[in-house]
Amino acid sequence: MNKLTRLFIYIFLVVLAAGCSPSKPAPNQTVRQTIRYNIGAEPATLDPALSNGVTEQTLENALLEGLVRMDRDGNPSPGIAKSWEVSEDGKTYIFTLRESTWTDGEPLTAEDFVYSWRRVLDPETASPYAYQLYYLVNGEAFNAGKVKDPAEVGVRAEGKDKLIVTLTEPVPYFLSLTAFPTLFPVNKKAVDKDGAGWAQNPATFTGNGPFKLTAWEHNKQFILEKNERYWDQESVRLKSLVVTLVDDSNTELAMFESGQIDIAETPPYREVERLAKSNLLKLSPDLSNEFYMFNTNLPPFDDVRVRQALSLAIDREALVSKVTMGGEKAAYAFVPPGVNGPAPGQEFRSLDEKLIAGFNPAEARKLLAEAGYPEGRGFPKVKLLLSNNQNHRPVAEALTGMWKETLGIEAEIIEQEYKVYFRTLDERDYQVARVGWNADYNDPMTFLDLWETDGPNNQADWSNEEYDRLLEEARLAKDPGARMDAFLRAEKILMDEQPVMPVYYYTNPYLENDNIQGVIHPSFAFFADFKWASVN
Amino acid sequence: MAGYILKRAVFNLGVMFVVVTLTFFLMRLLPGDPFTTRRVAPEIKDNILARYGLNQPLVTQYTGYLYNLARLDLGPSLKYPGRSVNDIIKESFPVSATVGLLALLLSIVLGVSLGVASAALRNKWPDRLVLVLATLGMSVPNFALGAGLIYIFALKLRWLPAAMSTSPVGLVLPALTLAALPAAIIVRLVRTEMIEALDRDYIVAARARGLNSCSVLFRHALPNALSGMVHYLSPLAATLLTGSFIVEKIFALPGLGQYYVTSVGNRDYNLVAGVTIFYTFVLLVSTFLADVLIFLINPQSRVRDEVT
Repeated sequence: MNKLTRLFIYIFLVVLAAGCSPSKPAPNQTVRQTIRYNIGAEPATLDPALSNGVTEQTLENALLEGLVRMDRDGNPSPGIAKSWEVSEDGKTYIFTLRESTWTDGEPLTAEDFVYSWRRVLDPETASPYAYQLYYLVNGEAFNAGKVKDPAEVGVRAEGKDKLIVTLTEPVPYFLSLTAFPTLFPVNKKAVDKDGAGWAQNPATFTGNGPFKLTAWEHNKQFILEKNERYWDQESVRLKSLVVTLVDDSNTELAMFESGQIDIAETPPYREVERLAKSNLLKLSPDLSNEFYMFNTNLPPFDDVRVRQALSLAIDREALVSKVTMGGEKAAYAFVPPGVNGPAPGQEFRSLDEKLIAGFNPAEARKLLAEAGYPEGRGFPKVKLLLSNNQNHRPVAEALTGMWKETLGIEAEIIEQEYKVYFRTLDERDYQVARVGWNADYNDPMTFLDLWETDGPNNQADWSNEEYDRLLEEARLAKDPGARMDAFLRAEKILMDEQPVMPVYYYTNPYLENDNIQGVIHPSFAFFADFKWASVN
Repeated sequence: MAGYILKRAVFNLGVMFVVVTLTFFLMRLLPGDPFTTRRVAPEIKDNILARYGLNQPLVTQYTGYLYNLARLDLGPSLKYPGRSVNDIIKESFPVSATVGLLALLLSIVLGVSLGVASAALRNKWPDRLVLVLATLGMSVPNFALGAGLIYIFALKLRWLPAAMSTSPVGLVLPALTLAALPAAIIVRLVRTEMIEALDRDYIVAARARGLNSCSVLFRHALPNALSGMVHYLSPLAATLLTGSFIVEKIFALPGLGQYYVTSVGNRDYNLVAGVTIFYTFVLLVSTFLADVLIFLINPQSRVRDEVT
């Protein structure tokens, strides 16, 4: 035992010594064109057909490229397609592809796109975002197994460089959609070799984007290097991109502040105010909103006056300035700012910013009295449903406090685990629920088609004939002005009836060192695009 | 000994079977499935369920799972398409095991040395100091300790990286965070048992015969005081080696511990079952090894062990 004790003491001293020896963090390598970027939790896959998260999509956008790529202003710019033509009726697109190659040196042809899109729609692939290709003729039917022959799907190649796409209806945002990862090309040879595994391994990952995958250490980091075979490689100034996978926002902040990373994607909510003073915190627009949804099957929430009263009783400016404090903007309509409008550079929201009245306690009390609940008397205790997230509860508490103060209504907050919460919504076993939504594409439709009668995500069970008709009108409209007008009229109906009560629009706060330039922080689909990035 | 080992092996297999069955069915009883999110149209969801065989009757799924398990195949992850549960465990376990082993050694070294010193100097100021430290070690939660250590050593002193380092130096803070609680428990266990041992007649007699106090402490009292600690070590070793969710999250270590929590949230049935089975396996092995160790330290325990 004596020897053992001595060994213990020895180990103890060695460990202590190791802990005390100073080791300086590596100096910032500003000379080298390398960005160290923390993206958060481990992505599930890099196969664009199988992924459905912003983390996955951000990496895929660096490693792959579709027909177009979004530029700094969020407009489609030529990608693998150097030009395109749209038919008179808006239903046929003819893309002309440039000469380009995969990272393995093989040429990329129109046939690669045909293969990739059919793969997304193939029921066996089981792509969660397959619906992004439902605009194609027979896209949905093929995915549902009703059409068996992939040749009947509306995408075909003509020669090596012509891709012809036929849609069931004109889709004004279809071009932008080709910049979305679901529509990226994947390499058939790589996929054939190893089913879904090809996208898990740098040795088999074959891409065509500005960067190539050099290393993927699971739950630790990605190393991406400039792809010398990329068609526009002259524009790519970064030599490498290190993408770390640190999930904890406080740890991420500690790494940023100690110089271990250059860009931090998700600064902790509670630190945003302090960080805003340091100038390193930046805000980029985000096409997303937060709202409270009413179960319109249930009294008293089936009464529009009740819903309006609950909405008028909340002070949205106070919520964003005193509770959330993460750069959010009070919402007085449903579609967030930044969503495209009738013309380039003209946002949809610029047509009309405010569709509902702000904080108005007197009017709120009056409406509630008219509905039969003067001063809140006889109003049942409201059950407010949240998914459990540390950021949701403070808002819900402030909001229910405002209801109580203004209207005399009591509310109970119910938190449920994410998946349980979704099931509760699906079973309509709720009264009022907090919901967040973000855009699939940059168009008012991605927010407004939620509330069509029997829409899969219309858990408010709200239905309005005129609303449905206006969205149909927008779908068929040829003139962008008329289309936006139909959207706005529909949104006005939504905001008069308020099956959903908007609270605020999100913005995306992130930390970025001053020596970083040219990183684009898009308002949806991707956290960041590094194609044009550099280090000064 | 061989008969004993065989008996234990059969018993452990039975335990594993119960764990597998419970995990399999309990996970499927939870509301939601791996693919519950908004935006998924019914036909898309059907395709996904079919891809993973989740549209088949539960009994078929269960027997299929057992069949694969018998071939040591834990199945594909449902959250990470293209990765198998075997791969995930193979990649992440070594990281957890390294940190865990360091923490285990650290807690034994600290625990035993401080515990012995504390018992030897009972009720004097070093003893009191050790007891205060042990109470702190037991009451400060590891997320607070981890955050505090990062603040001091990474942000203020800048001696150690804040996170993400798997170099030996980078493992110091996570190992220290992990070791604090078990070290405190071991200190208390060893101290109590040492005091008890030191008060026994044969120790008093040994002292009376004039043996020096070091020899009494280490040769006579300590072996008797260690068996309690070794019993505590077997579940501790299993827990430390297979990783801690909180410590791995704070220090951004790519270990196994995070999957205990995230896989349940994701309803990644195969991954939940896989990490649970793996943890059970490590626990059963370490319990067995601890029993052997106790047997070697103190042959008297043979009788008790053979009863189990």
